[in-house]
Amino acid sequence: MSDITKQSLSELIKNIKDKKLSSTEVTKAFVERSENSKDLNAYVTEDFSAAIDKAKKFDENPNLDLKLPGIPMAVKDLFCTKNVKTTAGSKILNNFIPTYESTVTQNIWNEGAILLGKLNCDEFAMGSSNETSFFGCVQNPIDKDLVPGGSSGGSSSAVAAQLTPITIGTDTGGSIRQPASFTGIVGLKPTYGSCSRYGIVAFASSLDQAGPMAQNVKDCALLHEVISSYDEKDSTSIDFKRNKYSKELTNNIKGKKIGIPKEYRVDGMPKEIEDLWKKGIDYVKDCGAEIIDISLPHTNYALPTYYIVAPAEASSNLARYDGVKYGFRADGENLIDMYEKTRSEGFGAEVQRRIMIGTYVLSSGYYDAYYLKAQKVRKLIKNDFDEAYKKVDAILTPSTPSSAFKIGEKTNDPVSMYLNDIFTVPVNLAGLPGISIPAGHDAKGYPLGLQIIGKAFDEQNILNIAYAMEEKINFKNKITDWWIK
Amino acid sequence: MSIDLKTIKHISKLSRISVDEKKAEKLAGDLNSIFEFIEKLNELKTDNVQPLTSVAETTLKLRDDEVKSKNLREQIIKNSPQENEDYFVVPKVIE
Repeated sequence: MSDITKQSLSELIKNIKDKKLSSTEVTKAFVERSENSKDLNAYVTEDFSAAIDKAKKFDENPNLDLKLPGIPMAVKDLFCTKNVKTTAGSKILNNFIPTYESTVTQNIWNEGAILLGKLNCDEFAMGSSNETSFFGCVQNPIDKDLVPGGSSGGSSSAVAAQLTPITIGTDTGGSIRQPASFTGIVGLKPTYGSCSRYGIVAFASSLDQAGPMAQNVKDCALLHEVISSYDEKDSTSIDFKRNKYSKELTNNIKGKKIGIPKEYRVDGMPKEIEDLWKKGIDYVKDCGAEIIDISLPHTNYALPTYYIVAPAEASSNLARYDGVKYGFRADGENLIDMYEKTRSEGFGAEVQRRIMIGTYVLSSGYYDAYYLKAQKVRKLIKNDFDEAYKKVDAILTPSTPSSAFKIGEKTNDPVSMYLNDIFTVPVNLAGLPGISIPAGHDAKGYPLGLQIIGKAFDEQNILNIAYAMEEKINFKNKITDWWIK
Repeated sequence: MSIDLKTIKHISKLSRISVDEKKAEKLAGDLNSIFEFIEKLNELKTDNVQPLTSVAETTLKLRDDEVKSKNLREQIIKNSPQENEDYFVVPKVIE
């Protein structure tokens, strides 16, 4: 089988279970394609020879009852992996080798998957284009010099380019859904508290969630089933009854009520996005769902709220990088000088900018005006969703206000970069699940995504809607392998 | 509202990030455009709104106060930039 890397996760699992393919064959195929794809810069750390060894070991005594039997998988470099370097895309963690494993990755290895390597991302997940990574920007396999989105840009690029059959990312303000949309893949941001944050390098703790990124909805549902678990090591992990997301997946969404929020029709929205949204509405109608107009009146306040809450939490989370306990250290004349130089040389520009914003909004005299104000507006944003969900089962919106942009196009204007997350940020602020599915192309042939937002803990419902829509949309990613010589 | 260079120096001190003049000017420009965008929140009246501190409406679970991790000394020290006999080493702080 020469086209191993073209197979979906579900196909690979079936072929391994039917003994038509071994884990070693599959792993070697993805390693080979990854090695031929270095120009994408999707990997920060490759663990290829260890992966092949693990695959051989799996094949000696294969446990085919596992959910991910012998499946190779690269993961975002924000997840701590025991004895494998974990950088969070930062110089300050460039030499950090965790002595423990994140719960989410442990859940994946427990089901038989094998680590291929660690994928590039924006530094500390702060970015929407993967350009803030210390390890350089990542190429979008759709076109040369196009950003893959961010912060999970290495992850989206690697799945779209088939360097890994599936992956996990993290999403604080859109970091799974926006890159999924930019690369023509599926990405799910679960309900806050669904996946453990233990062992994930922290950015903004009240918003961060890990989630699956896949080529199709079924694969996404299966990986979500594996990673979602209650974990006492994360005090915000929630103990609720989790579905068998892949087994319960159905395209029957007859009678579901889908809300269309008028406030998402933002000024200057390209016609292509507007048209895509209309097409999406037709698809769900075709599936027998009912469309209901709704209002989320505080939508326009979500981004300003996010740019207070997220930097505030980041500034306190990132206080731990002091050059003492782990990570990079710069020499200084005294302790304070060492701290200041370590953090000035160790963090990149965007991370420093966000620490500064966060420090400012939490500083004496400004706390009430900014941080407390933002927490109050966050409540209003959540109330909007609570009201809407009295009338509807899910909400359909575009994933992003545009298709992928060129590398360097927005780097000098932080606010225009932040506007990318206009449709995804409210979901994090309200702690809800959201999924982006590829739904069409723009005039340049770049993929565009639609987002389905669910009630808290209602991942099964949005996966079902996505599954039904996927069948109608019949999306095909246009990838030419231009980076392979 | 405008963030001046003096404020930038103050925040950089609080953040323990050294900032030279050139960087301070760039940061002042960036922060001013970001705060201009943030000021939009002042359009909203929020006097009677309770701040949202957690999206998860559950109470935190309690557990017994037991030691579960033991003998982590080696693991904890393993990634330190400089160590000496199981201690982290920092520049001299007492004259």
